[in-house]
Amino acid sequence: MLKIRDLNVHYGGIHALRGISIDVPENKIVTLIGANGAGKSTTLRSIMGLVKSSSGEVVYNGENILNKRTRDIVSKGIVMVPEGRRVFPNLNVEENLILGAYIRKDKEAIKKDMNFVYELFPRLKERKWQKAGTMSGGEQQMLAVGRALMTKPKLLLMDEPSLGLAPLIVKDIFQIIKEIHKDGVTILLVEQNAKAALEIADYGYVLETGTIVLEGKGKDLLNNDDVQRAYLGEAK
Amino acid sequence: MSKKTKLTLISIIACIGILFILNSTLGSYQLRILNLCGIYVILALSLNLINGFVGLFSLGHAGFMAIGAYTSALLTMPPEAKEMNFFLKPIVPWLANVQLSFPIALFMAGVLAAGAGVLIGAPVLRLKDDYLAIATLGFSEIIRVIFTNTQSITNGALGIKGLPYIGIFNKASEAIWWTWGVAIITIIFMALLINGSYGRAFKAIREDEIAAEAMGINLFKHKLMAFVIGSFFAGIGGALLGHLMGTIDPLMFRFLLTFNIVLIVVLGGIGSITGSVISAVIVTIAMEALRVLDGDMQIGSYIIKGIPGTRMVVFSALLMIVIIFYQRGIMGTNEFTWDWILKRQKKISEPLNKEKVS
Ligand SMILES: Nc1ncnc2c1ncn2[C@@H]1O[C@H](COP(=O)(O)OP(=O)(O)OP(=O)(O)O)[C@@H](O)[C@H]1O
Ligand SMILES: [Mg+2]
Repeated sequence: MLKIRDLNVHYGGIHALRGISIDVPENKIVTLIGANGAGKSTTLRSIMGLVKSSSGEVVYNGENILNKRTRDIVSKGIVMVPEGRRVFPNLNVEENLILGAYIRKDKEAIKKDMNFVYELFPRLKERKWQKAGTMSGGEQQMLAVGRALMTKPKLLLMDEPSLGLAPLIVKDIFQIIKEIHKDGVTILLVEQNAKAALEIADYGYVLETGTIVLEGKGKDLLNNDDVQRAYLGEAK
Repeated sequence: MSKKTKLTLISIIACIGILFILNSTLGSYQLRILNLCGIYVILALSLNLINGFVGLFSLGHAGFMAIGAYTSALLTMPPEAKEMNFFLKPIVPWLANVQLSFPIALFMAGVLAAGAGVLIGAPVLRLKDDYLAIATLGFSEIIRVIFTNTQSITNGALGIKGLPYIGIFNKASEAIWWTWGVAIITIIFMALLINGSYGRAFKAIREDEIAAEAMGINLFKHKLMAFVIGSFFAGIGGALLGHLMGTIDPLMFRFLLTFNIVLIVVLGGIGSITGSVISAVIVTIAMEALRVLDGDMQIGSYIIKGIPGTRMVVFSALLMIVIIFYQRGIMGTNEFTWDWILKRQKKISEPLNKEKVS
């Protein structure tokens, strides 16, 4: 579904992505793990057209979308849940969700998806009229995910959805990711929480300072010594 | 018709009634202030759209107002009046003999200001906050310099005197219907705009540009749209102000004018329509009431010589106090809405009903 080939991104003099290649097959969960500053968010931003990439290819369903306008990419069915949630703080939950459906015109279907999101996150339904900025971190993350689902994505990019959340909530979030996946959405998941991510992922990539250093099936990476040492904190 | 539409209609009719009574009872000085209130409501709302709802920090309002004021003045004045004004250097022939009716001229004032909004907005709206403020401020000063130097069109520093009264019958008593009529239309227009899908996109951009962009919102289109609509209403407000004053000159459209409007918007609550309306009325009246401070004061047999500008000092001090206690203005980003009023009313009447039952 998505093929990234030899992607390079520079921020001024910083070479943030050094020719990475990633495959996200349809109906799979693929995860991208790595330390702080490895370039995970940059990868997602580059796919979304939010940063200018210097060279390479991002092929989505056979079409190169590299450096296309974000809104065109969104309307092709790719959407990102940004790092740090970034909900619209002074707007209420409902308005946030409606904004998720901004590029869509089909009113009936939007309503249906809104109900789907409320079913997925009953908490959001209870808090429909609450300002997003006054909600807890976990609730805001649910809202950010719900908002992204409102675009009716085929490919969902998630940037550290578990960031700063209590372990119990993290479990919920990962459960939700699985449910969304079951609903037919392909997922590219960026995580620091390598264990949880690799457990639900079909395939994983390990990114270090802008280069892919390791890749493999989720379960295989989970058992890989290097990964365990570096990301799971379990020295053998 | 929904309950809210009914309530809106009823309150508009009530407003018309109140204006009618005020118009026939108030003296000419008070009426002038009332007109000024209406004009500042228009100006505050137009600035609030740009600065409050989309979160752009624009300081170019006086420039758009100047364009509106001059447009409407030159389009409504009779040829003889123009000839008398332009005694140093005659007016350009293509302007000398045009005379349009007031509503058309007023609309043209908005259109030309909006046109300027497109020209300046297209390059400038790609800039970030501080730069945008400087660029728009520069624009409004440039307009002033241009108007001072294009003598055969604007009469330069001499300004234009004897603008016709607001309205089509050339009577002072008609003004109130135009100033407040346009103000009410502006309020309704802004309320519809802000509560619609464009308004939601505006607010999303204000809250978080990157998240808004990631949702597929076209940042530039929405910013430009708000900027141009704001310029349009600023042009109309400027035109009304010119006709109300009767005299315009480039000095009138200094930065201070923009500052006053920014002040009204901040005081009312950045991003609140009702806040801007309330604040525009309060500030306009307060500015006039404080005018006594500029004049001589007599305490017993003692006469204190007035210092012009005292009222601005006092006013700024008052402003600071208000901002310290109400950091987000009178209304914050909240609104008086029918929903809100109806809910309150229910809360008040519910316990009463319960008591009756028991
Ligand atoms: N806007 C920017 N300007 C300059 N450098 C940037 C910018 N954004 C990111 N970088 C740099 O690019 C590199 C990769 O950043 P990125 O945000 O992609 O890392 P990350 O893997 O998502 O890290 P984290 O896990 O902390 O979120 C870092 O060295 C960072 O400092
Ligand atoms: Mg990151």
